[in-house]
Amino acid sequence: MAERAAPGGAGPETAVPVPAGPQEPELSREEKLQLRKEKKQQKKKKRSEKGPAAEPPEPGTPSDPGQPRAAHPTSLPALADGPSDGEKPAGGKSKAELRAERRAKQEAERAQKQAKKAELSQAATAAKPRLTPTESQSVVKRLPEHVQVDDPAAQRKLAKKLERQQVPLRQDYGTKVNLFSHLHQYSRKKPLTQQMSIPSTVIHPAVVRLGLQYSQGIINGSNARCIALLEVFKQLIRDYSTPPNEELSRDLVAKLKPHISFLNQCRPLSASMGNAIKFLKKEISCLPDTLREEEAKEKLQDTIDKYLREKILLAAEAISRSAFEKINDNDVILVYGCSSLVNRTLCDAHVKKGRAFRVIVVDSRPRLEGRETLRRLVRKGIHCTYVMINAISYVLPEVSKVLLGAHALLANGSVMSRVGTSQIALVSKAYNVPVLVCCETYKFCERVQTDSFVSNELDDPDDLIVLRKGQAQLGGWAENKSLRLLNLVYDVTPPDLVDLVITDLGMIPCTSVPVVLRVKSVDQ
Amino acid sequence: FFLLDLIPLSSVLEVIVITRKEIQKMLNLDTKMKLDFVCISDNMDMGTADSLRHIHQKIKTDVLVLSCDLITDVDLYKVVDLFRTHDATLSMLMKKTHEPTEVVPGQKGKKKPVEQRDFIGVDDTGKRLLFMANEADLDEELVIKRSILQKHPRMHIRTGLMDAHLYCLKKYVVDFLVENGSITSLRSELIPHLVRKQFSSPTSLEQGLDNKDDDQKKKEQASLDIYSFIKEDNSLLKPASDNSCWNDHRGDMNESLHEGKVRCYVHIMKEGLCYRVNTLGLYIEANRQVPKLLLHLGLEEPLVHGSAQITDRGMVGSDSIIGSSTQVGEKTSIKHSIIGSMCTIKDKVKITNCIIMNSVTIEEGCCLQGSVVCHNAVIEKGADIKDCLIGSDQRLETKGK
Repeated sequence: MAERAAPGGAGPETAVPVPAGPQEPELSREEKLQLRKEKKQQKKKKRSEKGPAAEPPEPGTPSDPGQPRAAHPTSLPALADGPSDGEKPAGGKSKAELRAERRAKQEAERAQKQAKKAELSQAATAAKPRLTPTESQSVVKRLPEHVQVDDPAAQRKLAKKLERQQVPLRQDYGTKVNLFSHLHQYSRKKPLTQQMSIPSTVIHPAVVRLGLQYSQGIINGSNARCIALLEVFKQLIRDYSTPPNEELSRDLVAKLKPHISFLNQCRPLSASMGNAIKFLKKEISCLPDTLREEEAKEKLQDTIDKYLREKILLAAEAISRSAFEKINDNDVILVYGCSSLVNRTLCDAHVKKGRAFRVIVVDSRPRLEGRETLRRLVRKGIHCTYVMINAISYVLPEVSKVLLGAHALLANGSVMSRVGTSQIALVSKAYNVPVLVCCETYKFCERVQTDSFVSNELDDPDDLIVLRKGQAQLGGWAENKSLRLLNLVYDVTPPDLVDLVITDLGMIPCTSVPVVLRVKSVDQ
Repeated sequence: FFLLDLIPLSSVLEVIVITRKEIQKMLNLDTKMKLDFVCISDNMDMGTADSLRHIHQKIKTDVLVLSCDLITDVDLYKVVDLFRTHDATLSMLMKKTHEPTEVVPGQKGKKKPVEQRDFIGVDDTGKRLLFMANEADLDEELVIKRSILQKHPRMHIRTGLMDAHLYCLKKYVVDFLVENGSITSLRSELIPHLVRKQFSSPTSLEQGLDNKDDDQKKKEQASLDIYSFIKEDNSLLKPASDNSCWNDHRGDMNESLHEGKVRCYVHIMKEGLCYRVNTLGLYIEANRQVPKLLLHLGLEEPLVHGSAQITDRGMVGSDSIIGSSTQVGEKTSIKHSIIGSMCTIKDKVKITNCIIMNSVTIEEGCCLQGSVVCHNAVIEKGADIKDCLIGSDQRLETKGK
């Protein structure tokens, strides 16, 4: 629930308590009025007595509308009887006034605790850093925890959170390059299931399987990972049953959290997955309470299906159609790595529309994803050439356009994609070859990044070891203290190197990405 | 019992134990797992597959089948991970064996361990099981289907592997077993059947559709094919795997995993402990390894039990295990042996390389070498025993040989 307050509060709102959006269950106005009255009372008492009124209500107020949801009206009288501050104001007050005062203090204390907890839980939710917080809060921007691996306090917090959720903590492997010591580096040979029971009781088995498939690299590529995630969530919802005395809308979100942490530990969540999870959480928490459990589950599964169909599958279709206009006869198109969207575009253009063009597939170690692209394109009968990335300056003179896929599009227009993409964009710019990026709108992300160092993913360094004639030159890299292996997964291409972004909303220049984001957030 | 100790190490939580009534009474373990005992009476001679059929109502999800004569310290998660990651039909455990070096008592002459060889074919990664055949089933040649080689051009065939009888099976395999009453043993019939099925297509289904006359018969045949048991809910993940850029092989135009629905995987242990004590030789071998490996297993019992009364400690070798309440007399030398509980060993006895079970009485002056003495036996004075098997409740005369 605190996360819902964040997007509401992340805009340029001031300290005026704003209603947290139409999705509030009819949180009593009387409740809010009562709280405000109590606060006013408390302020008066403070001024009159100069007593040590515990908490200034100001910072409490912006988070307050977010909090009363958590304050069940039935627990108020109980708390008033509970242990209070221990301060007894000077005599001469009636019992009712005393009680009201104590209640006000309780409210304010609880509000502050909620605010603290809200900040903590916001820092701990999967993947996404927020925009700069409101002016009333502190000025320091909070970093998401997945880029704070070298900060022991943040790691301790993470470990505590995982323990609470009963998700095992994955150990980092090998020495990291200094510039990237703030990121996790895991080994594929030490999966997370080593520390879990068989069959796992806390995490649903389908989620365990998905996590294993992510960490072993069987499901790769941001679209595939997102589709698999949504399917598994559908299954989770199917297998979920509300415990008694709980509401589905709140309990289901709480039940999803350990699973999301588990998947995050297996492999850091991608931008597409993060957006899908945000969408799902919002959908769940704004389910009306009147629905029965069966109907609610049906409705949720339908919304997931709709999201999958619209944002991923139909968007791919739309992008394929718009990109087709840009492909002319006798074109030479350069593609890099394996992007499901680009493959689909090219296959559709060749098979369904019959355009005649050639493709140059550029590949790079250690993933060698270009081979899969090559296989898929050649299977459809497209004429392909295969080169490694160090040969691009040799092939670029004959290339007419470059078609790239993206992992995410950031709010300043930069493109986050497989490592090597920025190189290709850079060299293409030098040769004046247009660079087109295909990306669905659900991958648009509110982060801003200008370099590839801050938020990236480090893959297993042992992947870089190559066996030639039975000898692995880098085999003993761990023993050599001055040798570090770096296996980056993503890199960021600056917006001036990209000429056009093809999305399901049409063809937009890179600088229009923030507009799309704004339109999207207004829609929601 | 070793096995039931191993399982909590890998935190399995629910176990169904199929055993005979008498053994169930002996087991009163105090473990955290939920043990569910299913008894089968002695008269029924059930094979492993029959036992599974017997309890198939209790099996609701994918199941891990273990045989109780397995002693191992493998990390179970490795076998199960193979099963999970690749969505396999079957995942099993094997270990590289070495030839037994010591002479097995009670057997005359060395039997060449050639007749019982298994030929196991695995692919390049060493994980996917392509081929399995027992030497007893083959006449003179080893026949390999061409479809296997077309899909996996590199196959490593190994003979030195021992099957640990630890299988992770999907639910539909159990359903298939229930329908198909002719399979009695898991190891010798079901597993090779599954391994063969990986590369054969479900042809009987297609034939059934065309031919309307033999419709009934074909339908019956088709229903026994395991493909019909594979539920189609995996089609949910198909768009995910379409968009994913992983392929398990390269060099040809086929989709990942050749779109085969039945997949068998094997985890081959290189190091670590894995014994199947289903033959005498292996049993003795395992027993002899126990002192060395007790430390390895983390059991911290002292080799000589606290309540054993040993008059002369110096004569007991450091790699012998002596059970509780055993009395050992003076001047007895015990080397490389395992002695059970409640034994009485009198003075001047020399015991080398023996396995002596519980409640055995050994009188003075005996010399035992390389033997196995079972429960409740009595060995009179002056006996000289070498490489023998002495059954339970036997009584050996004085000065016997």
